Amino acid sequence: MKISIIITLKKDVLDPQGKVIQQTLNGMGFDDVNEVRQGKYFEIDTKHNDKDKAKAKVDEMCKKLLANLVIENYKIIDPK
Amino acid sequence: MKSSVITFPGSNCDRDMEVALKKFGFKNKMVWHADAELPKSDLVVLPGGFSYGDYLRCGSMASKSKIMNSVINFANSGGMVMGICNGFQILVETGLVPGVLLRNKYLEFICKNVFVKINNKQNKYFKNVNNEVLEFHIAHNEGNYFCTKDQLKEIEDNNQIAINYCDENGKVEDKFNPNGSIKNIAGIFNKEKNVLGMMPHPERMIDTSLSGEDGSLFFKNLINNLK
Amino acid sequence: MIVNEQIAVDHGLKKDEYAKICELLKRTPNITELGIFSAMWNEHCSYKSSRLHLKKLPTKGKKVIQGPGENAGVIDIDDNDAIVFKIESHNHPSFIEPYQGAATGVGGIMRDVFTMGARPIANLNSIHFGSPQHKKTKNLLRGVVHGIGGYGNCMGVPTIAGQTSFDSSYNGNILVNAMTLGLVKKDKIFYSKAAGLNKPVIYVGSKTGRDGIHGASMASASFDEKIEEKKPTVQVGDPFTEKLLLEACLELMAGDSIIAIQDMGAAGLTSSSIEMASKGNLGIEINLNKVPCRETKMTPYEIMLSESQERMLIVLENGKEDHAKKIFDKWNLDFAVIGKTTKSKKIELYFDEERVADIPVNTLVENSPMYNRKWKKAKLPKKNKIKKEDIKHLKIIDTLKKILTNPNVCSKEWIWQQYDHTVMGDTIQKPGGDAGVVRVHGTDKAVAASIDSSAVYCWAHPLTGGKQVVCESFRNLISVGAKPIAITNCLNFGSPENEENMGEFVECVEGIGEASDYLKFPVVSGNVSFYNQTKDQGIKPTPAIGGVGLIKDYKNMITMDFKKVDNLVLVIGKTEGHIDQSLFARIILDEKNGPPPEVNLFNEKNNGETLLKLIDNKLIQSAHDVSLGGIITAVAKMCIKGKKGINIKKPKYLINEIEYLFAEDQGRYILEINKKDYRKVADILNKNAVHFDELGTISENEVYINDKTKVTIDELSTSNKSWLTNYMSK
Repeated sequence: MKISIIITLKKDVLDPQGKVIQQTLNGMGFDDVNEVRQGKYFEIDTKHNDKDKAKAKVDEMCKKLLANLVIENYKIIDPK
Repeated sequence: MKSSVITFPGSNCDRDMEVALKKFGFKNKMVWHADAELPKSDLVVLPGGFSYGDYLRCGSMASKSKIMNSVINFANSGGMVMGICNGFQILVETGLVPGVLLRNKYLEFICKNVFVKINNKQNKYFKNVNNEVLEFHIAHNEGNYFCTKDQLKEIEDNNQIAINYCDENGKVEDKFNPNGSIKNIAGIFNKEKNVLGMMPHPERMIDTSLSGEDGSLFFKNLINNLK
Repeated sequence: MIVNEQIAVDHGLKKDEYAKICELLKRTPNITELGIFSAMWNEHCSYKSSRLHLKKLPTKGKKVIQGPGENAGVIDIDDNDAIVFKIESHNHPSFIEPYQGAATGVGGIMRDVFTMGARPIANLNSIHFGSPQHKKTKNLLRGVVHGIGGYGNCMGVPTIAGQTSFDSSYNGNILVNAMTLGLVKKDKIFYSKAAGLNKPVIYVGSKTGRDGIHGASMASASFDEKIEEKKPTVQVGDPFTEKLLLEACLELMAGDSIIAIQDMGAAGLTSSSIEMASKGNLGIEINLNKVPCRETKMTPYEIMLSESQERMLIVLENGKEDHAKKIFDKWNLDFAVIGKTTKSKKIELYFDEERVADIPVNTLVENSPMYNRKWKKAKLPKKNKIKKEDIKHLKIIDTLKKILTNPNVCSKEWIWQQYDHTVMGDTIQKPGGDAGVVRVHGTDKAVAASIDSSAVYCWAHPLTGGKQVVCESFRNLISVGAKPIAITNCLNFGSPENEENMGEFVECVEGIGEASDYLKFPVVSGNVSFYNQTKDQGIKPTPAIGGVGLIKDYKNMITMDFKKVDNLVLVIGKTEGHIDQSLFARIILDEKNGPPPEVNLFNEKNNGETLLKLIDNKLIQSAHDVSLGGIITAVAKMCIKGKKGINIKKPKYLINEIEYLFAEDQGRYILEINKKDYRKVADILNKNAVHFDELGTISENEVYINDKTKVTIDELSTSNKSWLTNYMSK
């Protein structure tokens, strides 16, 4: 089963990349941009067929490796 | 000979490049990224550094600067444009030279001397260089040159590879490839050979007290070829 | 929120300190005021446990333009040029988040330097990790190295030297000390002293977020199991913004708009505004609604205590606001007039039209607590007697290989290759030598810098250890041909509330003071980091010394690689065979007791100055000081670097071969000279009463010892270079 994860910086943590991308977009004429936050996206193909088991394992992976919980949050997306 | 070095926010080899150009006889002007017009130049240099912090993709945001429109026009009308390190990354993002530069294979920034073999001397950058191999210096995190198979065929058919990483005797082998670049590519031309992008920094090798002197050789030759 | 004693204690204040605050204010502080007091009165900002002892350090000298007390120290290198430099610790943040902790440490020290008007020209670092076998060590090392590189490389400042060590005492508390040197014209140095009334107070740089609120208080608390809960929002470094801030500040500094400037480091807006007011004997009024904020609904408390990076506070001349704003706009940085200087001698803060803090500046600075902590004097340990049977089975080559492979001796190329050490085009001695050297741009001068610490010696006997580190720094500079000028120190210790740890601090400082006074090598800046411990286990005392010296003509710089076959190799300084606390004792004999090698300041000075004379007379081909691992280790490194061999003959001393080759007696250097210069060299050494041994002759590619044992340089080189790379790739 394929599980997707989105990792983003925690709300109060500075995102230097997002800030500069926003400034550049504004500079290019995209005046409609208020803020940009950049994150990471993962697709993990697991051996599990049971959704809850797969999610539980991926949750563990996020905690132990994929996300840096000091500065990042993660969200596991339900497989379709 | 007149040269222009573009300073982007985050460029940090702009001064080094100016020092080198002046040392070998160029009259150089520093040009700010937000300017619209290029001064009259025989050579335009996009220097190394971390334009826009290397955020998003290295060189991506600098390639959208105001001055780049003029640089692209200048290049398309046959003007000499050279991008070093981050400047190479910017050139790739503008499409002036083909391919992309990925993160180094071993995922680490590398700062060291390397040898490069000159692959094509039929151009104003390397014509009349007596050596086949130059000792240059690299300092980058994203220098892993990549392109599609079709692109590679086109590049090779047009003889666009400028330099390859090699050993001191000019042997081009995988073990002398510091960053995982396809075919050990360290520098590449556009089709017309007036635009050159390369990862090594010749401006850091212009004095025996520094990492070496093959940069002097490169610049001396370059200004003579432009005369 | 009504403030009470418990809230004060939660802020890290002691009960009597809280009582003193109430007494000074003649009322109960509000929460913003309490936050300000807790930030200013903690160990990190107030130096309350160390001030008394730091006063004893020699800080003056002919070449000293600015000693401790400013953002960084400044020394004169002639021709209206000056070098601004300082070292700072970022230990606790680096343990929590190694990449960002190390990165912001590097960013912070560079800001300290360019705040004074100097363009940073070189970075150095001293990093210490737990045992290589400890489960956290590898990731911490990787994170710290990437963080240092990530920030320094992006700024375009070369990292030219450093030191890395491993010791189990750092298992739960690593050390990350970063040092920066900057170049400035003597008549364009900027200070933090505010002056004049009604001058605009300007905020520039990044916006303020909730980053690292109470980071400075964290640096003053020891780690315990609940550390997870203490995690404030970690500061994220933005080297790109700092690069812009550097260029913008230097552009503004080229004119005459700035009266005073101070970077916002630990305790952010609080300490920067108070420092400027205190030094100028003025008051400052700030409207907190004007501070550029990244988050919505930030409270005065959060704004004042935020440690968001890449920010500066400036007091401008009246009427220069537009000029300054234009420059910061050009560099896409925030710029805001947030207040003014006043004659009140108070810090007055307004938020939503209300006064939210009103504190006399002197209560925060002059009246801050100062403690004469109890401390225990260390005894000099008894000397061990080496038993003949312990060493007679040892094979010299195997022992040497073991030492060259040791994590604390092995080549750190894996680390420094990840730092851009050649940007700016003036690095003439790269990492891996005795000191890094950069040219003073566009001149014949060069500046040498090194960073050293000897935690094991300091742990065995703090007074001797303190002296030794200063001497080692002195030697490293001399080995590259530089005249030592001054030092900066980063004093990393355990808890000052523990008598033994406090004793280590007091005696190390005494040792540092004694040596720097004798060697005319004054301390011009520094930083104290206490509470480096996990639970109640302190780290080994680790004062790091950053030394700076000048080479008048860079063409006379010396490197350590052996140059030519048939050249003679000498050892200067007497070898007595001191094995206790040597690397040999610890890793070969497994002996951890005994005194460190004695430091003889007269010999240090005399040997060093005489070597400088030899260098001035162009008699030296290569040089290297003798430190960890003794003569044979030093020689092996010179062989490896120069890809040459040596034929060694032990002089006819009473001590045995092992003691001669592996002892760590102080004040010694290995020198390579031309055979034809031997008479001249010997004359100068004899005339100056410097002891020297003839050690051997340089050969093609083998180390050959006393005609009986030999090993190829390739083999030694592999031993030296493989450990770290293998360790990190596993």
